Amino acid sequence: MDWKGRDVISVRDFSKEDIEFVLKVAERLEDELKNGPLDYAKGKILATLFFEPSTRTRLSFESAMHRLGGSVIGFSSASSTSVKKGESLADTIKTVEQYSDVIVIRHLMEGAARLAAEVAEIPVINAGDGSNQHPTQTLLDLYTIKRAFGRIDGLTIGLLGDLKYGRTVHSLAEALAFYDVELYLISPELLRMPKHIVEELREKIRIHETTDLEGTIPELDVLYVTRIQRERFPDEQEYLKVKGSYQVNCAVLKRAKESLRIMHPLPRVDEIHPEVDRTEHALYFRQVFSGVPVRMALLGLTLGVL
Amino acid sequence: MAELKVTAIREGTVIDHIPAGKGLKVIEILRLNRPNGGVLLLASNVHSGKLGRKDIVKIEGKFLSEEEVNKIALIAPTATVNIVRDYMVAEKFKVGIPDEITGILRCANPNCVSNHEYTVSKFYVVSREPLKVRCHYCERTMEEEEILGNL
Ligand SMILES: [Zn+2]
Repeated sequence: MDWKGRDVISVRDFSKEDIEFVLKVAERLEDELKNGPLDYAKGKILATLFFEPSTRTRLSFESAMHRLGGSVIGFSSASSTSVKKGESLADTIKTVEQYSDVIVIRHLMEGAARLAAEVAEIPVINAGDGSNQHPTQTLLDLYTIKRAFGRIDGLTIGLLGDLKYGRTVHSLAEALAFYDVELYLISPELLRMPKHIVEELREKIRIHETTDLEGTIPELDVLYVTRIQRERFPDEQEYLKVKGSYQVNCAVLKRAKESLRIMHPLPRVDEIHPEVDRTEHALYFRQVFSGVPVRMALLGLTLGVL
Repeated sequence: MAELKVTAIREGTVIDHIPAGKGLKVIEILRLNRPNGGVLLLASNVHSGKLGRKDIVKIEGKFLSEEEVNKIALIAPTATVNIVRDYMVAEKFKVGIPDEITGILRCANPNCVSNHEYTVSKFYVVSREPLKVRCHYCERTMEEEEILGNL
């Protein structure tokens, strides 16, 4: 697969080979970084177009580009751009590509990154389009698991929390279905993973749906925790019913394997107690770090400099 | 036998084997119910060997574009199109749902970029029976009822 000029829009566009390749390149870059800064992207410019603010994701991409030796331009909210004056997304993209070599876009509308990629001649990377896709998050999640266990195949993984509205867990589950894993879907009844996704997964891997965290935790190698996000609920009453359904703390973890690793896309509210941070189980800050080599790999590959 | 119930047309199109009750919808999506068109005939609930009951639409002086044929396929996948010249069927074919549906369907997702920016809408057919399509932009799937509401 030739990566130069390729867009990174949706996990759906990836094959297992694509994923494995990105993870391998990320691993190589992480090792190379130990010997000092890199200069693969010297002279290249990344434009970060954050029509909707997301400081963590933007900083992660900027850090990745700097560590590759490139530089960054961009904006972090639509109110500061000509979009406010009514400029179309297509025109913004066509303008910005005159200034840069690769574009990272975050937008509140679903499909915005796909549209941007169709308009732009240079590669476009999706950093989140509404409630649709956030493919670099999924890749860094897979990378984190692979670095922690040396493999993904053979693991038993629990996805916990909001499996209904959680974009992160939907695409992670779809990507995990490429591997030989067993999945536990742990959520309140109201927040079960959508039926069509469960059916799709069931064709490929072993799936268990449950509401019982404590009973399930002894089985798991990885527990992926998500936040129950108030803003995703169409109905406040529904939110209040499930808010605070689960909390991962040291008492719950007494039943877990010593090797259990806990992940979370962050930010968290109260679903993981801070006391867990000091245990060997906590993998979520390491997960944040993984974003950098993974995004370096994607930037470098699409720029054609790796 | 059914054909006898409706006047024959000289030049135009006969859309046959429409599932019973969908004939009006066909007329609506093809916008045939506007004044100044040719003669338009709808036969509803006609006995059919294949379907039990079916609707037939006859349109005088009109031949369908490919886009219009694709639209019919979405709401009446069993339909056949007969092109009539000089009271004779000059050509006859079954409608078919294409793998990609471009331009004729709106996305039901209000937050889809295709409803806000200039784009030509595009959907991939995920399944024909039951009909299910996925938006090229927002990746959300639409099922039959939503599709009919957004043609
Ligand atoms: Zn859409």
